[in-house]
Amino acid sequence: MSIKKVTQHPTQNEELIFDRSQTGRIGYRLPKLDVEETNLDELIPAELRRTDDLEGVPEVSEVDVIRHFTRISTWNYSIDLGMYPLGSCTMKYNSRLNEKTARIAGFANLHPLAPESESQGALELIYRLQEDLAEITGLPGVSLQPAAGAHGEMTGVLLIRGFLDKRDGEESKNRRVMLIPDSAHGTNPASAHLAGFTVKTVRSTVEGLTDLEHLKTLCDEGGIAGLMLTNPNTVGIFEKNIKEICERVHAAGGLVYMDGANMNALVGVARPGDMGVDVIHLNLHKTFSTPHGGGGPGCGPCCCTAELESFLPVPRIVKDGENYKLDFNRPESVGRVKAFFGNFGMMIRALSYIQTHGAEGLKEATEAAVLNARYLAHLLKDDFDKPFDSDPMHEVIFSHKKQSRKGVHTLDIAKRLIDYGFHPMTIYFPLIVEGAMLVEPTESVGRADLDAFIDAMKEINKEAQENPQLVIDAPHSTRIGRLDEATAARKPVLRWKPDMETLSKTA
Amino acid sequence: MRYIPNSPEERGEMLKLVGLDSADELFCSIPQDVQLNRTLNVTEPLSEMELIAGMETLANKNTAAKRPSFLGAGAYSHYSPTVVDHLIQRSEFFTSYTPYQPEISQGTLQYIFEFQTLVCQLTGMDVANASMYDGSTAMAEAFLMAQRVTRREKVVIAKTVHPEYLEVAKTYTQHGNLKIETIHFDQESGRISVDDLSNLDDKCAALVIQSPNFFGCIEDVKALADKAHSVGALLILVVTEAISLGLLKSPGECDVDIVVAEGQSFGIPLSFGGPYLGLFATKEKYVRNLPGRLVGVAYDKNGNRGFVLTLATREQHIRREKATSNICTNQGLIALAATIYMETMGKKGLQEVAVQNAQKAAYAAKRISEIEGFSLPFSAPKFNEFVVRAPKSADEILSKILHEKEIVGGLSLSRYYSDNPNDFLVCVTETNSREQIDALVKSLKETSK
Amino acid sequence: MANIPENLHYSKDHEWVEVKDGVATVGITDYAQHSLGDVVYVDLPRVGDNLAPHEAFGSIESVKAVSEVFTPVAGEIVEVNDGLNDTPETVNSDPYGAAWMIRVKMENALEADAMLNAAEYEEYLSENE
Repeated sequence: MSIKKVTQHPTQNEELIFDRSQTGRIGYRLPKLDVEETNLDELIPAELRRTDDLEGVPEVSEVDVIRHFTRISTWNYSIDLGMYPLGSCTMKYNSRLNEKTARIAGFANLHPLAPESESQGALELIYRLQEDLAEITGLPGVSLQPAAGAHGEMTGVLLIRGFLDKRDGEESKNRRVMLIPDSAHGTNPASAHLAGFTVKTVRSTVEGLTDLEHLKTLCDEGGIAGLMLTNPNTVGIFEKNIKEICERVHAAGGLVYMDGANMNALVGVARPGDMGVDVIHLNLHKTFSTPHGGGGPGCGPCCCTAELESFLPVPRIVKDGENYKLDFNRPESVGRVKAFFGNFGMMIRALSYIQTHGAEGLKEATEAAVLNARYLAHLLKDDFDKPFDSDPMHEVIFSHKKQSRKGVHTLDIAKRLIDYGFHPMTIYFPLIVEGAMLVEPTESVGRADLDAFIDAMKEINKEAQENPQLVIDAPHSTRIGRLDEATAARKPVLRWKPDMETLSKTA
Repeated sequence: MRYIPNSPEERGEMLKLVGLDSADELFCSIPQDVQLNRTLNVTEPLSEMELIAGMETLANKNTAAKRPSFLGAGAYSHYSPTVVDHLIQRSEFFTSYTPYQPEISQGTLQYIFEFQTLVCQLTGMDVANASMYDGSTAMAEAFLMAQRVTRREKVVIAKTVHPEYLEVAKTYTQHGNLKIETIHFDQESGRISVDDLSNLDDKCAALVIQSPNFFGCIEDVKALADKAHSVGALLILVVTEAISLGLLKSPGECDVDIVVAEGQSFGIPLSFGGPYLGLFATKEKYVRNLPGRLVGVAYDKNGNRGFVLTLATREQHIRREKATSNICTNQGLIALAATIYMETMGKKGLQEVAVQNAQKAAYAAKRISEIEGFSLPFSAPKFNEFVVRAPKSADEILSKILHEKEIVGGLSLSRYYSDNPNDFLVCVTETNSREQIDALVKSLKETSK
Repeated sequence: MANIPENLHYSKDHEWVEVKDGVATVGITDYAQHSLGDVVYVDLPRVGDNLAPHEAFGSIESVKAVSEVFTPVAGEIVEVNDGLNDTPETVNSDPYGAAWMIRVKMENALEADAMLNAAEYEEYLSENE
């Protein structure tokens, strides 16, 4: 067999694990069974057992596993490798110290149904994190049960629904409109829908802010359950009229939900609770740096005013004298949103992050993140269209307007950035800016890297003007080129089968 | 702060360059009256040594983590090969994000494709998604999916499904128009009686069962699937102990329509309840109704094979309030851990570990049932969990052996059910040695004296 | 320049209708398929469903967008083009032929006459460019 090497990569091609499988290879060893064996037929009748010998499941050695995953890992870009400026995703440094604390045996081996008296340390940790998040957001009611941002969002809108149903009784059925800005994350309307709300869209102004006049018109139409607002909003601008916005919605009988995706621009500087916000979710994997892990796990705490606290999911973790306990007796609660108590492993990491930073470090991180975005905006605004004049907070939005007349679009610019050694920014979001490029450097990038990114972007602009095809054909440096997503979606192949083509046939 | 690369001096220069005199001016778009203007009341910054010491103090208070334990009920103690935790900590997996840019995310995309394949192989289903938050939320999503597929407005769920899963489903559906009805189980066998499904009718979107069920009993999945199909309903199967898939007839073979499972058993630490892993698999014909992310094969213009996120139009970022779910991503790193676990254990290991669980649990069940006054109330075949009926209050017995023998002997069912206060659930896995089992038996014997 | 056959009726939502013996065949226009990009999936209703005028009867998916399709005429669906399940790309290649979507037994045979004709549709497109 001849070895076909992929370009610019130090290892051979790596097939799917199923192609590596060889009958008889073993990657594990269990202790010998140390109890008397019973005939399986006596335990579980044959008709309830499987007979397919787990067909297709691979047989590989431990070395195969290590090589396989190490090799495919090298095809990924990562924060540890360099700047990962995905706007709204907040790809900041993930400390190894937090991994160490999360793996302490007394946490990692603790069963969620262990007696309360035997899991006091875990309950205390949850309680302490609740207290810190209440202080950081200015909202005293905190539940750490939601598993991710979208899950925390769902919990938050359920809280609003529960509150309105109680306050208005039967009349609540006339109050089902959730206002959501046109710049919102897609999860907002999807979550609102789960709580039985219908969505009305609030327009943005040319300055990239919520249109107060339009908000007023919609409020006057009545039936307002609430408003879901991201602040700083999804174009990276602080909603300076936030107090007035909250007052308007409150006057219309609704509540204000804040999507906390961008809370990392505010920690230590301003608190949603002081702005008039009633309920917020946080993304511990963004603001408090628990690892993104290729897409999860997250943790999406829901924080709310004292007025809404009784609606938070059960069980609550409360302090009882010197002890901590689970409180199930919350008759107004929206119910449980997840089995057990939430993503505890993420809570350990987030508390480790908070305690490592301390109050001063948290504020310093906020300042450094905003400064990095401001610096980048300042140095790129001549080369790329910046649709909103206001100074950005922690992220800045550009559009492809100056490049698209040469046939170079946002996607092309993103792909070309890969050739310069950067992960691209968030593209085509939010939808209110055509060809949007949302750049969030975070505080975890040093000046030299920022300058290199700025130089790359300037160079790409130059290429777009002088040699657009170079950008349109990018990336040029990766193992594979742009993939044909249309065919992939028309004839989806979502799992390996024995007759599937192997990689080396085509590479 | 050591995680911030730029020194205060460098930041000072950068501020000057953007035309500002101080860091405070960065926030001038935030009105003064909503600024905090004081220091947050959280701890002083801790050094690495101080942080670890503090965390260890807390962890030491979790005394249950150190004791021999027979707790299961949706979270299981299993052996996880060392390579699992080693590989998931590689920077390229651990510090990357959702694979939005396939050209530089093939590592993540390929393992998700392998994960989807392995879930299909173990469940015997056609398609699986890239994972959900956990088993409980996956079940709630399955309810909504069954409603979309059948356009019916009721689900019938067995009372032998994990009680916390049922609570979650009620939360998810409370404001939709989906009604949830429960069905009782047979008190003698401990499982659903195929002949007693009175509220399963042609208004029913799905029949929902768990196997092995909450009491550890193996349901007759095939017969129940046939019953559901006879009225045009789907059969949703919940599996909380994924290790059982290595031994029990695959859901696909039983003609199940949607399988949702908790994947924690596949190499994921107990970690006081999370993060865990929701598995979600279904038949080919329902693929466009699946919630969550999916990875598929795609080719570039030179014919190189790669993988991409696909069928994205089901999702919230495109379909917004009409999406199949509000879920945004998957359980990335946890799905990776499960993938590495399944591949390392492989075909032989997944079967051997399942058999060991069944054998050890059978040994423990037999020994406990021989103690005077103790019995096993349910006759159905079991996997690695079983209910024990004690001669007196289970709470009392479990508390006694905890304090006197330092054994966590199981879960008192009084936590979830008001009847039968003497019942408790015992789980035995490959991590419980014979010595531990014998010690449990001995201590139970002593309490009955 | 979009292809706009002379013999069809058009809606402002970019659907076309061809009427024969009281049965309307409905599809989307060349302009519509072009704006959608590569079509990857077409979700169609079941035979026997009743449609109110301007009701959404299905959706068309490209890689990163979903668009609803509305019926310009009311009535009962008598036929559905199941072939689009396997070959959604024909919406791009042959929008007026192989990619017809549904046939509706019209409640009001004259309904299509109120729609735009080819010239009017062309003008409508040029106004909205």
